[in-house]
Amino acid sequence: MVFHRFRRKAINAVMLTLTGLCTLMAVGTLVFILGYLFEHGGRSLTLDFFTKLPAPVGETGGGMANALLGSAKLLLLASCIGVPIGFLGGVYLAEFGRSGFSSVVRYTTDLLNGVPSIVIGVFAYTLIVLRHGFSTMAGGIALGVMMIPIAIRSSEEFMRAVPLSLREAAMALGASKTRAVFTVVIPAAKEGIITGIMLDLARVAGETAPLLFTSYGNNFWSPGWDQPTAALPVMVYNYAISPFEDWHQQAWSAGFVLLMLVLTVNIMARVILSRKGHVAR
Amino acid sequence: MSASTATDFSARPPRRALAFWTRLRKGDEVAYTLTLTCALSILAITALLVFELYTNSAETRHKFGWSFLSTSVWDPVAGEFGALPFIYGTVVTSALALLIGIPLGVGAAIFLAELAPARASNALTFLIELLAAVPSVIYGLLGIFVLVPMLRSAEPAIRAVLGWTPLFSGPFYGVSLLSAGVVLTVMIIPFIISISREVILAVPNEQREGALALGATRWETTWDVVIPYARKGIMGSIFLALARSLGETMAVTMVIGNDPKIHASLFATGYSIAAVIANEFTEATGGLYQSALIELGLVLFGLTMVINGMARLLVLSTTKKGAA
Repeated sequence: MVFHRFRRKAINAVMLTLTGLCTLMAVGTLVFILGYLFEHGGRSLTLDFFTKLPAPVGETGGGMANALLGSAKLLLLASCIGVPIGFLGGVYLAEFGRSGFSSVVRYTTDLLNGVPSIVIGVFAYTLIVLRHGFSTMAGGIALGVMMIPIAIRSSEEFMRAVPLSLREAAMALGASKTRAVFTVVIPAAKEGIITGIMLDLARVAGETAPLLFTSYGNNFWSPGWDQPTAALPVMVYNYAISPFEDWHQQAWSAGFVLLMLVLTVNIMARVILSRKGHVAR
Repeated sequence: MSASTATDFSARPPRRALAFWTRLRKGDEVAYTLTLTCALSILAITALLVFELYTNSAETRHKFGWSFLSTSVWDPVAGEFGALPFIYGTVVTSALALLIGIPLGVGAAIFLAELAPARASNALTFLIELLAAVPSVIYGLLGIFVLVPMLRSAEPAIRAVLGWTPLFSGPFYGVSLLSAGVVLTVMIIPFIISISREVILAVPNEQREGALALGATRWETTWDVVIPYARKGIMGSIFLALARSLGETMAVTMVIGNDPKIHASLFATGYSIAAVIANEFTEATGGLYQSALIELGLVLFGLTMVINGMARLLVLSTTKKGAA
């Protein structure tokens, strides 16, 4: 009996310690990733990285200025597609939707959100690249499609969090439904909606797979919107799998810049959301 | 009574029309139509996606039929395409990731939900969720330059312990199904932890108090009462993680070895559906080759749709709230 009790207590202690170890491993991984990228990417980061074009094979130095601009252009284009459709779709679900149809839209949105990014790349390829060739436009559209689901769901969530009484007050003062939504509800949910969209952007900023055969890649500047363009994540990939030591170093630098960008946005967004009392997700 | 009301309504069309025009002037109809269009576009995009994948893979679908999924010769030069090696690689790496990821993830979720003080739990969860935001190409970068050398030096140890199984035999070059599985593990753990923690936190306290009052230890309470209560939600988080690992492209492409053969050993190289599309799509000349890759995309799409759908139903049924 005493032994039995001892055994139960021992199992209790061992298992609870193990769960702690699991947590430690998960958090340790993050610390390791950050540390390693700082060590290998941050240290060798120079000003050249931000201002110069990639160096030809065999020459050292060079930077990824074209990839930084390329990524910025792709994200701009993606926002032009993803943000209006996502935001207004969210307004529909939160304010105007009828329950049956809304749940169909919601379910489809979640499904689209779960589509692997490489499949979105194939989709953009068959839709655009087959007709017009590799271009910034095709890459931007692929990323834009990827942005829509999260933009919709986060906009909806934050508008739903606005108390009903605000809408009633606005309508009691004689405002139409539209007026109440656009001048009362949306301003009240503004901070959350913008944060949601920033998180959404941070996610697609790191996407590589949908760009591989849409914006393709380019070692030079890419003027306009109808030519292949370099993008930061694609550069990380191409340089990492190359056989050149010098390029590996560049891949680490590019990876470091990309990670810092993504993590900064994520941390800021979560701080803003937790201050507002929403669940950081 | 109700019948007369109905006739009343139909008898006054002018008033309804008037109401419509008033609303239109105030902008309600415009806003409604505009936002409805945006919501509809989601359905349109999804339908278009399926349509594009389906029509553009017509060539291989007609030529090979269902045998595309069950033959294992992938020879673009000879024009023979079988998807089995890729399906195998995808399934094996994901299974391996779940095998390691489930105990680790659920264990950490238990610690965060049941043991850690709320503040510490929130801070740690915050850090772990940041892991989910790390772009997959960065996991690939770390996979090539950190994990692969690490596994290479750990190889003798693994062989000494598990070398007798066919799973750990044959030569090991570093890039392998094993490396891909481990990278995927790291990538899916944040999902399992954050969703499982949430469903465990949602278990009513009476359940715990009841078990503790009966003399159960903390662990027995958790394992025999709390976890079974949260079982469906945890299953949901596992399915979500599975869907993610099946579709994961960059990290896997960089460490799996890209070899369209079926090997039993985890030490051997392999290939996954997403990886073959990423690697070969731009060099796929000729309609049949490209059509085969697009059909693989369709297969991947179908696979993740089914898994995601199941995951959402499971999570929904426990937390009454879809996990984003």
